[in-house]
Amino acid sequence: MYQYNDFDEAFVRARVAQFRGQVERRIDGSLTEDEFKPLRLMNGLYLQLHAYMLRVAVPYGTLNSAQMRQLAYIADRWDKGYGHFTTRQNIQYNWPKLQDVPDMLDALADVGMHAIQTSGNTIRNVTADHFAGAASDEIEDPRPIAELLRQWSTDHPEFQFLPRKFKIAVTGAEQDRAVTRAHDIGLRMVRNAAGEPGFEVIVGGGLGRTPMVGKILRDFLPKADLLPYVEAIVSVYNLLGRRDNKYKARIKITVHENGLEKIQHLVEDRFTAIRAGFSGHDQALLAQIETAFAPPAFVTKSTDGYEAARLANPAFRSWTDTNLAEHKAEGYAIVSISIKKHGSTPGDATSDQMRVMADLAETYGHNELRISHEQNVILPHVHKSDLPAAYQALRAADLAAANIGLASDIIACPGMDYCALATARSIPIAQEIATRFDELKIEHDIGQLKIKISGCINACGHHHVGHIGILGLDRAGVENYQITLGGDGTETTTIGERAGPGFSADEIVPAIERLVTGYMDLRADENETFLQAYRRLGMEPFKAILYPAEDKANAA
Amino acid sequence: MARSFTPKVVTANALLEGDAVWLTEDNRWTRDIREAELITDEAHGDLRLLEAMAQADLIAGAYLADARSGPDGPEPTHFREAFRTRGPSNYFHGKQAE
Ligand code: HEM
Ligand code: SF4
Repeated sequence: MYQYNDFDEAFVRARVAQFRGQVERRIDGSLTEDEFKPLRLMNGLYLQLHAYMLRVAVPYGTLNSAQMRQLAYIADRWDKGYGHFTTRQNIQYNWPKLQDVPDMLDALADVGMHAIQTSGNTIRNVTADHFAGAASDEIEDPRPIAELLRQWSTDHPEFQFLPRKFKIAVTGAEQDRAVTRAHDIGLRMVRNAAGEPGFEVIVGGGLGRTPMVGKILRDFLPKADLLPYVEAIVSVYNLLGRRDNKYKARIKITVHENGLEKIQHLVEDRFTAIRAGFSGHDQALLAQIETAFAPPAFVTKSTDGYEAARLANPAFRSWTDTNLAEHKAEGYAIVSISIKKHGSTPGDATSDQMRVMADLAETYGHNELRISHEQNVILPHVHKSDLPAAYQALRAADLAAANIGLASDIIACPGMDYCALATARSIPIAQEIATRFDELKIEHDIGQLKIKISGCINACGHHHVGHIGILGLDRAGVENYQITLGGDGTETTTIGERAGPGFSADEIVPAIERLVTGYMDLRADENETFLQAYRRLGMEPFKAILYPAEDKANAA
Repeated sequence: MARSFTPKVVTANALLEGDAVWLTEDNRWTRDIREAELITDEAHGDLRLLEAMAQADLIAGAYLADARSGPDGPEPTHFREAFRTRGPSNYFHGKQAE
């Protein structure tokens, strides 16, 4: 894992010291809120409905055990003993007090973490495939590139006042687990005809009020050209992006209004102009970073105990069926720890749970943890022979839900339980849906299903790319939930289609139940997923299930 | 005819804790909306908001929120403002726990 060097350490400490002074001046009244707000946002501090919220970056979703323990310590010492992991691989604390935030930032700096550029119109935390460095379908670990981008973008003088926020995601694998097509820039590692690794560069994806699937700007960019090319894109956007209207300021609109060809032209020109200036420093740095991401020393041992435990314990078998993914090393597995126990808040982990996960990573997982954009925690490298013991420890900490990828593995944004921008709540809807499917005991029969919920049009809960998306709105002073169907956030990214009129808070869970049980009747066989069935059949049969009365009226 | 004015309260977030507070008639910030001043006149509301915003060392983000008169004092009319009087629904945290 990358360790801060002296420069990083000094930079982060200096920022904390600056912010400490700013907080003091805000508290003694010498700074107004209008003056202070941009300063606090630069350091990840929001003001929400009931309290401040501190958003801490987990760069490319990677943590070591000491960092996870420190997150737990911060939760206990200055918050309410838990944290919320988000779709952007960040962690949010919902209850900090203003005067404590500088101490929290210092505690983060102690373990090489920060909250810089987790807000504002800057380049945000660079996200990556949460299986990076472990996935069997990977060309290369994308995290060295993500770390290079983090260093380059942090405090980059040209890019501190972009027209709007800017989000970059990277994957080195064939399967897109990083939602690259819904980011301002998505980088997918591919090979050219000569077999050399490089990137497919995707630009102008995004969700929010105008969801768009990213477009391919370059089919193949040699790895060595990455930094100047990305700089060229952001630089073109910085000048061309609209600053007159916040809703038209994201690069997706810039691409849409100017056309891909014009953007391509401008980016290539800019790239040609700045490329020479990079003169190899970035490549030397990258080579150095790459050594920090060398794979752990994998061991070879028997997996007989694992197979025996699977046969002996049905609960363990069920968990291994849903929560494991294929590892590139012989005998290893990637473990997804569900922090979506039925009825709990998606993405929340208590400090005790964080410590258990840190211990497990240390004992069985080469000291590594990941945060997934689906709001779960990953142990990327666990030998199969250690899985029975790891599972027992997870059970004891209430972390053994066997539901990864199933109906109750719901993404939900904080919604109106916390967020000041929300138009409705999302967490209780997620809790009720998960609880209901657990009661029905059908989620394993249903199979792969992605339900995603946002509490307003900003779409932080990725509802546009949920197989079933739920958007909470305020309709004449009452919470109302709109359903979209057929969304997909993988390499075949699709924006879901609106099914029809929204449902009240009381009607939404029965509507989802109707939809899902209805799908089980419609599917060709047990292997056809909800998304496949939707793609085969189209909206109509699902609409008929959601709005049965109207269906009859139309037929009459 | 003048547009009818919906009664309002002045509300904000406390500077240090960040939680919801409401302005009382005697210029205190209370954590109980029922103690807030219910404003029924638009011009008076604008004035009170300006006075509230001047208290930058105590609060942040003051605004006027719709309210109505209830048996024990002002009550929120919109669900967002009702949540601010209680706290989140997923945990027993915030005002409901105080
Ligand atoms: C204080 C809480 C939050 C605020 C104020 C906030 C604000 C916003 C806004 C205004 C947008 C729309 C941007 C645009 O379309 O230009 C947005 C998008 C987004 N936010 Fe948040 N957000 C919050 C919490 C979260 C959380 C908790 C997550 C992760 C779970 C998140 C992840 C995202 C994502 C993935 C998008 C959509 C992708 C995109 O187009 O950027 N946000 N957020
Ligand atoms: S989608 Fe809306 S409600 Fe949910 S976190 Fe984002 S801004 Fe808040």
